[in-house]
Amino acid sequence: MQSTLLNAKDISRAISRISHEILERNQGAGNIALVGIRTRGVALSQRLRDKIKDIESLTVDHGVLDITLYRDDLTQGLQKPELKKTEILFGLENKHIVLCDDVLFTGRTIRAAIDALMDFGRPTSVQLAVLIDRGHRELPIRPDYVGKNIPTAKSKRIQVLLNEEDGEDKVVIQEHSN
Amino acid sequence: MLLSNQNILSTKELTKQDIEQILDTADSFKEISTRVIKKVPTLRGKTIINLFFEPSTRTRTSFEIAGKRLSADVINISGSSSSTTKGESLIDTARNLEAMNPDILVVRHKYSGAPALLSKFVDSPIINAGDGSHEHPSQALLDLLTIRSQKGELEGLKVAIVGDIRHSRVARSNIQAMQTMGIKVCVVGPPPLIPVEFKYLGVEVSHNLREAIKDVDVVMVLRIQLERQKQGLLSSLREYSNYFCLTQESLDKARNDILIIHPGPVNRGIEISLDVMESKHSLILNQVTNGVAIRMALFYLLLGEKNANPN
Amino acid sequence: MQTLIKDGHVIDPANKIDGSFDILINNGKIEAVLPKGKSSIGKIKDVKIIDAKDCVVAPGFCDMHVHFREPGHEYKETIETGSASAAAGGFSTVAVMPNTFPVNDNRSVTELIFSQAKKTSLVNIFPIGAITNGLKGETLSDMGELKESGCIGYSDDGKPVMNSELMRRALEYSRMFDLPCIQHSEILDLTLGGCMNEGIVSTELGLKGMPVEAEDIMVFRDICLLRKTGGRLHVAHISSGGAVDLVRQAKAKGLPVTCEVAPHHFTLTEEACRNYDTNAKMSPPLRTHKDIEMIKEGLRDGTIDIIATDHAPHDLADKQVEFDNACFGIVGLETALPLTFKLIDEKVITLQKAIDLLTQQPCRIFNLDKGTLGVGKDADIVVFNPNTKYIIDPQNFKSRSKNSPYKGWKVRGKVIHTFVAGNSVYSAPNI
Repeated sequence: MQSTLLNAKDISRAISRISHEILERNQGAGNIALVGIRTRGVALSQRLRDKIKDIESLTVDHGVLDITLYRDDLTQGLQKPELKKTEILFGLENKHIVLCDDVLFTGRTIRAAIDALMDFGRPTSVQLAVLIDRGHRELPIRPDYVGKNIPTAKSKRIQVLLNEEDGEDKVVIQEHSN
Repeated sequence: MLLSNQNILSTKELTKQDIEQILDTADSFKEISTRVIKKVPTLRGKTIINLFFEPSTRTRTSFEIAGKRLSADVINISGSSSSTTKGESLIDTARNLEAMNPDILVVRHKYSGAPALLSKFVDSPIINAGDGSHEHPSQALLDLLTIRSQKGELEGLKVAIVGDIRHSRVARSNIQAMQTMGIKVCVVGPPPLIPVEFKYLGVEVSHNLREAIKDVDVVMVLRIQLERQKQGLLSSLREYSNYFCLTQESLDKARNDILIIHPGPVNRGIEISLDVMESKHSLILNQVTNGVAIRMALFYLLLGEKNANPN
Repeated sequence: MQTLIKDGHVIDPANKIDGSFDILINNGKIEAVLPKGKSSIGKIKDVKIIDAKDCVVAPGFCDMHVHFREPGHEYKETIETGSASAAAGGFSTVAVMPNTFPVNDNRSVTELIFSQAKKTSLVNIFPIGAITNGLKGETLSDMGELKESGCIGYSDDGKPVMNSELMRRALEYSRMFDLPCIQHSEILDLTLGGCMNEGIVSTELGLKGMPVEAEDIMVFRDICLLRKTGGRLHVAHISSGGAVDLVRQAKAKGLPVTCEVAPHHFTLTEEACRNYDTNAKMSPPLRTHKDIEMIKEGLRDGTIDIIATDHAPHDLADKQVEFDNACFGIVGLETALPLTFKLIDEKVITLQKAIDLLTQQPCRIFNLDKGTLGVGKDADIVVFNPNTKYIIDPQNFKSRSKNSPYKGWKVRGKVIHTFVAGNSVYSAPNI
């Protein structure tokens, strides 16, 4: 059984708001870059980039991060590590990097992403944008931009579906996780 | 399971799916070697032992760099410094090393089947880094990666392998792996260097270099060793070169986009001429780069598998 | 004290006996072979009864080709452990090859073997002397002295006599003593560095092959020499179909040539070497299906005279190594009978013929007064159950070495008792 938490319109509004917040906080798009975490963080970061272009008429740098190699559970066999390319084709120096991911949960993915990012250079700052923050942090990490806070039981499963990957836009909660 | 075997002993044991996964993974790893900080923490705390009973600089270094780029601790034990020269058997040596809990053993040995023998006595995954005249699977995989990077697809290609097929572990590994991937293989060289049994392995056999490479996509040139003359398998290197050295002239009937690979080290002017080696067709240096990526992929996939079944 | 082997099916090719008989043993000799039920046991006092119901009773088997490693390599096998292995395999007589350390090329080594055998052996041991001193292929051994001290043939087995001139002289000289020269047929130039049959498997495994021509050429050379020299040539462990043909042709011309086959050469092919199993490494190497078929034809038509095991014990340390470095050979005494049953099951030969190949024929070639249940002869007897099925486990072998590729094979034909000169030297457990 599942129920919808956000529909396509909600998602679109959230992205629009986050884009404005990013621009406001960094005083324009001049020295920011967006880095999406595979898989659904990539689509989010692309939408943010497009939105920012609409607002500022400026295309910001954009990169893709695969954090598989930085995971702390890789060798615990929790899941089949499927490796994809990391593409960061710009220098990180003097940039405010906005990491983008779909759901913020334990914080371990973001820890891995920050580590990965640091291997590419030394950004001025790293910020975090997520569509959903569902709590239950296991590391001292907090998001700078949140689409929606959704407090949930730890056992439940939140699923973000995005057009680019899944053919539709919505956020659902699985009531009975297996 | 990430691969169908816990050891990489031969390409014969690899399925098409295995090979595709190894090549795809290696493709992703190539990027790491271009970073300023060429290291990811993936295999932090893992120990890889390079156990080389036969001298090798290139292959050993390639495995070593691959391990280090993934943050594993890599220890090199070479034949001369190992205890096997003091009468300790191969198995004793490996068991002693295993007692130190390595996560992977990379083994190079002058005798065919030595890594297979070890695999019966140790639990750690073993990568065969070349055994006698048997196989050298990581070399074949890096050759496939090199070809795929240029051609996009492997299926349907034609490859000629030229040289000392009889003694070549690179040829055996490539024949098996290439056939698995749908590549047609032709082996080229003088009859004493191509046992008649090769035709049962499903390859074409030719003794005429120019004709054999007329319509191939890739020509792989093997190193020829001087000692074959003493064994009566060659008349002289000079005569060998006359017939089988890959020169601009011998390429006159070949396709314009022919690719040339060589597992190295190269005897310039004997099996391949200098100008061909340095021509736009030559991918010899790409092979070296791809070698690191392939070996990173093997480490990654083998250790992923090992830990996928925790007790 | 007398022994009566009762209710068995007696097969004794030497005396053309094949039926239900009881055998009475007295004082180590065969006292009588009596039709079933005719023995009046009541009258005989102090008789030990051996129940041979459901079993075949035959002359003890004779293996004319074993390596017992004593003196020199006792860690692999001794005369004592080797003889126990023979007894367990149903063999009451074996001929031991001279490639010991020191080599059996003179009277003192032959005498040492006899004295050790007297002290420790369960079965009859007959030494084979070297053809050349030290097996070096340089000078002829003192063949006369070797015969006088008890050797029953000459061989450099393990190595061939490569020098054609020397082989010619060996065949000539041995005529004086009427003993066979046993050749390990291999042209060494063709097999240098080889460790298995040259063919598709060696090509795939990247192992140096030993071409079948190396055997054929040597057999052909020796047959050519034999035409000139006379003498007696015995071709050891024939493994090549081509060599079987050569022997057949030579026999047809009336040349005094005989040959033997080892059970592994009619049960296994080069495929057994896959996975680099060193227990499949032997010399001559395991060949192909075609060779096996031609060997079977040779057994059928009598070209192949005897079955001999080439029992070659090797310690784990000599086998648990790289294929190239492993020693050649396998232990064979305790698997010979069940493997021979494979021939019977495939209708290649009959049980009677199989027993002939293991008893009367070897004794004929080597002039031994053995391999028979004739009245008055030594009571060397084997009792085996042809229908007992079991799984081969080398760990149960009596041999000191366990190097056998037959682990796990499901077979039939189990030795129940072996007697040497009337004494029980082996009884199967749980009997």
